[in-house]
Amino acid sequence: MDPVQIAKMIEEKFPDQVLGTVTHAGQVGVMLQKDGIVDVCQYLRDEPSLKMDHLADLTAVDYSTYPDDEGPRFEAVYNMISTVYRHRMRLKVRLPEEGPRIASVSSVWQTANWHERETYDLLGIVFDGHPDLRRILMPEDWEGHPLRKEYPLKGY
Amino acid sequence: MAVTETEQKTVQKELTLNMGPQHPSTHGVLRLVLDLQGETVVGVDPRPGYLHRGIEKLMEYRTYHQIIPITDRLEYISCMNNNLGYVVAVEKLASISVPERAQFIRTLTAELGRLSAHLVWLGTHALDIGAMTVCLYALRERELLLDLFEMATGARQTVSYARIGGVRNDLPRDFFDKCYEFVDLFPKRLTEYDTLIRENRIWLRRTKGIGVMTAEDAVNYGLTGGTLRGSGVDYDLRKAEPYAAYDKVDFDVPLGKNGDVYDRYIVRLEEMRQSNRIIRQCLDKMQPGPVMTDDPRYAVPEKTQVMQNMESLAHQFVLMSKWAPMPKGEVYSATEAPKGELGFYIVSDGSGKPYRIKIRAPSYVNLSAFPKMVTGHMMADVVACIGTIDIVLGECDR
Repeated sequence: MDPVQIAKMIEEKFPDQVLGTVTHAGQVGVMLQKDGIVDVCQYLRDEPSLKMDHLADLTAVDYSTYPDDEGPRFEAVYNMISTVYRHRMRLKVRLPEEGPRIASVSSVWQTANWHERETYDLLGIVFDGHPDLRRILMPEDWEGHPLRKEYPLKGY
Repeated sequence: MAVTETEQKTVQKELTLNMGPQHPSTHGVLRLVLDLQGETVVGVDPRPGYLHRGIEKLMEYRTYHQIIPITDRLEYISCMNNNLGYVVAVEKLASISVPERAQFIRTLTAELGRLSAHLVWLGTHALDIGAMTVCLYALRERELLLDLFEMATGARQTVSYARIGGVRNDLPRDFFDKCYEFVDLFPKRLTEYDTLIRENRIWLRRTKGIGVMTAEDAVNYGLTGGTLRGSGVDYDLRKAEPYAAYDKVDFDVPLGKNGDVYDRYIVRLEEMRQSNRIIRQCLDKMQPGPVMTDDPRYAVPEKTQVMQNMESLAHQFVLMSKWAPMPKGEVYSATEAPKGELGFYIVSDGSGKPYRIKIRAPSYVNLSAFPKMVTGHMMADVVACIGTIDIVLGECDR
């Protein structure tokens, strides 16, 4: 299915959750409110005409030094594909600088477990309802979150 | 013989065993914390991260061009595929077109890279399970591949061959003879390894019914590559979203049925045959032509031009020192690396350096299904399962 059409389906199903869409290079990202993320993901996975069964990637971006960006500081990004229909979709959720938290989608896709742990480790996003939110790449007693923009490349 | 009371107590007591990070069967520096009941694994906690070098952070401080050699250090036994995965993503971000010859060369070298990765997998996997001969043979053939890489790129391992918009240089003329020699030889050699283990009783006992993943679980855990296709899910990005010249060559996607270690072995072995087919087709179909895009914004000028022509010199200087401005936006692009879906999520702020790059590393995601695979099996099956998910820690830890 065409990604624009999928974005429309999400918008029709969750009119108060969708904030807008962004398109670049033929790829569509749907901006969402943070409360609805689990419902939208569940819908995308279970809807028979979409079947987004494969969460390819989950990450976050720190937009604090992005030129002309006025939104909240963090953005959680969900890239998914259907192994049956082979269409892709991206969901984007902005999170505030103070205490960025979002509900975990590990109940929808098992694979989200480690992706969320990594995002927590490197960017400090807290995933509520995650079964085992620990650091994964950095040592357990590490302080700070290396992929935040204020974290220096060297000399820490 | 009846089990004595003391023995029974010993068996019932749970034991926590630390395996790795320095362990010959963990394929690098993987650390596993195993909970054992006797010899049965009742819980595993993989602890990756011992090879974390902050590659994603490093990339934010490099230009798009300077990132290419860093991608070599991800999955360091098939660098060709990493280079390709990255440049395909950048080309998608900036809509750069690539000439056909370069596409064929990329397909050809990516498949050679896949063979070199699968040969290391076959050798080490067999070695872990106890079949040492296969390892020696597999590394012998890999040597031929490394010779081919050396001819094409000047480097044997960390090749940095793909460029944004093409490849660094055209293949030398004698490469083709050597490569034809290789594709003629390789299927025979492959049959040779296969006869060593396919029906070997020890191999069957060690691999059949071990580490089973159902198709549904495999997709849910985000598995990709041979690890997924062993469970019978037909998902190969070379077919699903063709890149390079994969839509111009003919090949099959081998699938397993039972999703156990043995089926994944069969799938990867067959994949090597298919790779060989692709390589031969690329050699046959390749037409003369340019190997770098004609888009003047991103094309790195040829060295001879740089030496003779002032504009080319200045252009090269700018590209090498700060690269060209890229369109603002974001892109997720995935390619089929030997281990599975290698994805790059790039956020661009319009400058010559990426704002953020996330690498979706197949080894990392495949490893997350490891506890599911190995729980309930014997201690000795742990190494069989590490081998079957085909992990490279450089990519897993990044």
